[in-house]
Amino acid sequence: MTAMPAVALTPQTFKSDVKPVWCPGCGDYTVLSAITKALAKLELAPESVALVSGIGCSSRIPAYTTCYGFHGVHGRALPAATGLKVARPDLTVIAAGGDGDGYSIGGNHFLHACRRNVDLTYIVMDNRVYGMTKGQPSPTTEPDWDSKLTPEGTGLREFHPLVIALASGANFIARTFSGDPNGTADLIVQAIRNPGFSFIEVLSPCVTFRPEQRGWKQLVRPSPVEPTDDPGRAARRLMTDDGFNLGVLYKGTRKPYQPAKAPSAKPADLEREFVL
Amino acid sequence: MSENSSGSAMRRSISIAMAGSGGAGVMTAGNMLLEAAAQAGYYGLMTRSSGPQIRGGEAAAMLRIATHPIEGSDDRFDALIAIDWLNITRFAAEIPLDGESLLIGDPAHGEAPAALLKSGARVRSVEFKTIAKSIPGGWPNMVALGLAAGLAGIPQAALEAAIGKTMKKGGDARKASLAAAQAGIAAAEPLGRATRLAPPEGARDSRWLVTGNQAAGYGAIRGGVRFVAAYPITPATELLEWMAPALAKVGGTLVQAEDELASINMILGASYGGVPSLTATSGPGLSLMTEALGLGVAAEIPIVVVDVMRTGPSTGIATKTEQADLNIALHGLHGDAPHLVLAPNSVADCVLTTQWAVHLAESLQVPAIVLSDQAFGQARAVVERPADVSFATRRHTAEAQAPDYKRYALSESGVSAMAIPGTRGTTYTADGLEHSERGTPSSQASDHLAQLDKRRRKLDAMDYGEYWADVEGDGELAVITFGSCTGPVREAFARARDDGLTARLVSLRLLSPVQPERMARALQGVRRVLVVEQNHGAQLLKYLRAEYPIEAELSSFHRPGPLPVRPDEIHRQLLHWSRA
Amino acid sequence: MSPVRTPRKASRRAAAKRAPRAAHAAANAKLEAFMKQAYAMELEAAERYAEFADQMDIANNREVAQLFRKLAGIEGKHAAQILEQMGWKQAPLGVQPFRWEGLEGVETGEHLEMHYLMKPFHALSIALKNEDRAARFFAHVARQDLPKAVREAAAEMAEEEREHVRWVKEWIARVPQPGADWDRDPDPPNVND
Repeated sequence: MTAMPAVALTPQTFKSDVKPVWCPGCGDYTVLSAITKALAKLELAPESVALVSGIGCSSRIPAYTTCYGFHGVHGRALPAATGLKVARPDLTVIAAGGDGDGYSIGGNHFLHACRRNVDLTYIVMDNRVYGMTKGQPSPTTEPDWDSKLTPEGTGLREFHPLVIALASGANFIARTFSGDPNGTADLIVQAIRNPGFSFIEVLSPCVTFRPEQRGWKQLVRPSPVEPTDDPGRAARRLMTDDGFNLGVLYKGTRKPYQPAKAPSAKPADLEREFVL
Repeated sequence: MSENSSGSAMRRSISIAMAGSGGAGVMTAGNMLLEAAAQAGYYGLMTRSSGPQIRGGEAAAMLRIATHPIEGSDDRFDALIAIDWLNITRFAAEIPLDGESLLIGDPAHGEAPAALLKSGARVRSVEFKTIAKSIPGGWPNMVALGLAAGLAGIPQAALEAAIGKTMKKGGDARKASLAAAQAGIAAAEPLGRATRLAPPEGARDSRWLVTGNQAAGYGAIRGGVRFVAAYPITPATELLEWMAPALAKVGGTLVQAEDELASINMILGASYGGVPSLTATSGPGLSLMTEALGLGVAAEIPIVVVDVMRTGPSTGIATKTEQADLNIALHGLHGDAPHLVLAPNSVADCVLTTQWAVHLAESLQVPAIVLSDQAFGQARAVVERPADVSFATRRHTAEAQAPDYKRYALSESGVSAMAIPGTRGTTYTADGLEHSERGTPSSQASDHLAQLDKRRRKLDAMDYGEYWADVEGDGELAVITFGSCTGPVREAFARARDDGLTARLVSLRLLSPVQPERMARALQGVRRVLVVEQNHGAQLLKYLRAEYPIEAELSSFHRPGPLPVRPDEIHRQLLHWSRA
Repeated sequence: MSPVRTPRKASRRAAAKRAPRAAHAAANAKLEAFMKQAYAMELEAAERYAEFADQMDIANNREVAQLFRKLAGIEGKHAAQILEQMGWKQAPLGVQPFRWEGLEGVETGEHLEMHYLMKPFHALSIALKNEDRAARFFAHVARQDLPKAVREAAAEMAEEEREHVRWVKEWIARVPQPGADWDRDPDPPNVND
């Protein structure tokens, strides 16, 4: 099976020997697999890629790859990824995590990462639940889904990540389903290639706390329309779709944020302004 | 000769405050006066105070000008020059006056308020408004500037140079300012010569005019910092603002973050990428950063956080100084999280201490908190140019294809090679989860203990050299202090010498990790120690008691902000404690 | 799905060469493309079973882990056989497997069907579904308007997959039927980070 020449990059090249702690059946397995496929397709050396995450089931993903990884604190994957990419523009930086990490505790960073438009790819594995803490509602959970913490349901309307991303200035917005690893891999390839902040929402079922999400398989469908670069049109589509249209839903043309770094002075020159 | 005496013919130091309400331009005048003093060859220090209004508020520029280097405010002011009296009483506690002080106001604005008069200060009138009006384009603040320069005995040429430097454009405006300043100098003549300074000492060529915030920023860049994430907060904002263009010039980057949670995590990301990184904040921001500081400890990512301390808790008094963040800096992190805490002890020392902090953080792969404070950060001072220092040791990084690479290897020194993204064959995941030597998450007791030991060991094994503290003087009495209390302590020591009392100073630059052996040597033969700090809870005293086996008898002088610690308070404490 | 695939009468290249010269190149290209996808299908099936085996190991379900590892080995051999039959020195890279009746390759097990307490019966049921879909898929291809060489190859593979279906069915008959409470766990899920 591994009759590949030593130099060729295959998805296996990007899989580490650390085995995931995810539940069998978890959607995150296919996201991991899709990331490794995408990186192989892009022919990126593992050491030129950094995966940055916060806390949660899906945030464990960096260690499962042979790339450089940063498993930080809850909700702060995007700031860490931003600092890394701005300081090291030569690297391919992917931030990844879950809906609680990205939209709740890290919600503010999500808005500003979209706004800032640093050349990153952000993959959110959305299962509409906090898994590692045993099943509490997240911002994307349906209002009537009850849990021990919210016995009557939250009563709150769901956060709409794609609309928020669009309104905040993300340059590439896509939705995919974990049951489609090859389609997900294709989207990741496009997202990494697209300059600026690329956001991929992955519908990634939690078979433990949301077993009914297995039914997403029957609900998802390829988006019936081509991607648009018109934010107004994209807004209408995203606001009116049922959350199960898959594919690239918006692809903008904003220039990425990357301050110039060519030095024009030596550090010692800076003290001239202090000299009397 | 006593430095603070008011009646001496040859003054070595004078303090003058200029106050006025919105639009009066006292800050501009204060900066020009400091510049003029510097041009004339004097040392100087300017601090500022203002009401809470963004515009239109009352403000005071408080200057001390001296023939010799000074590191803090004096006990009293020789003159308060009030362009108007609006709301000026808010500064009464900050600008102490006495029977020898001059209280100079414009009769056009009526009588001086009773709260100032009760100091017994001698009231004098100068018609700033009328004088300014008599000069086309003249402003009252320039008259006040001339008056202050005249009182201090600063030569007119230096004043002209300062005005010229500040007002590079606009020939007419500059001429008008000069004429107004000259009128101010003339107005000072009838007020006597008692406040005039002795001729300046030494050559001014080697001096800087700099704020503590600029000095810290420059020290950071000298130390190698090339990435800064910034969220504005008083009184640290100017540090970040100074760094924005400065970093760009040396090929670095500053990103404005959405909050302090973002700024600290951004610098962790950048430093993980191999670029020495820093952020600056104040107490409220530091509180938000503590979780991520712990990540820096656990994942062993070097970063520097400059906390320009202000009065707390909570929002506190944002524009005033205090040394009350010592506890959070030392103990604010959850878990056992050894890290570095440093404190500069003068405006000029902000360069060295910040540079050293970058060096230590990078060498030890650990976060460093630098406790500057508002008294340094927002003070503008004429200082001797800090000596050039260079620290050789840098971050220990992994070679490409390093065999059997372990990011968190249990080395003897505790420092292990950090692989920088891009390096082939050494990929790993930096993790805040407890981990094995390879970085793989582990909940094993053995891994936890081994990694705790490693992270402690690397800090303890480091030789911090002589920078750990400034140790000066002799005698059986010692003062242990840190930060902006150091200047007033030094000045109190100089006064105590006149009383025949000698004492030792230990001004801690390295607050954590503790250096008990060095402290024991510094305190050899000392019988009594006075711990001086500016906070309500005697935080340094308690820390010393907990961490240092000090045999000498300990006493504490601590009081909170917002008023600066003055030499006389410490001088009296020294005398009291030496005789107790 | 016997452990060793039945030997074929002749190599696939030889079959393509029997076509008239003009059509030969086009037919050969189509056959190559078809076989590349078939290879990708087998490879992905093998990798997926290996992933399932890893998951079962982590979930401490050793029995099913072993079974999936066996299935992974069998599919791996199938992939290797295609390389051999086509005379390929190197595995074709970047080819995606056939997709039919779903989002994944026709012989690829779906993650969503995994359960940490699953029994060999469930694992084999997944395999059965995959083999059956593969058999129907190749039969479908064999009926399409395609070069003869491709149709022949597809028909041959369909037959092989049908053989596998029979074989897996026999295997299922040998393992115990899971009880009604096979997924019962008296403990709640674990808490982490």
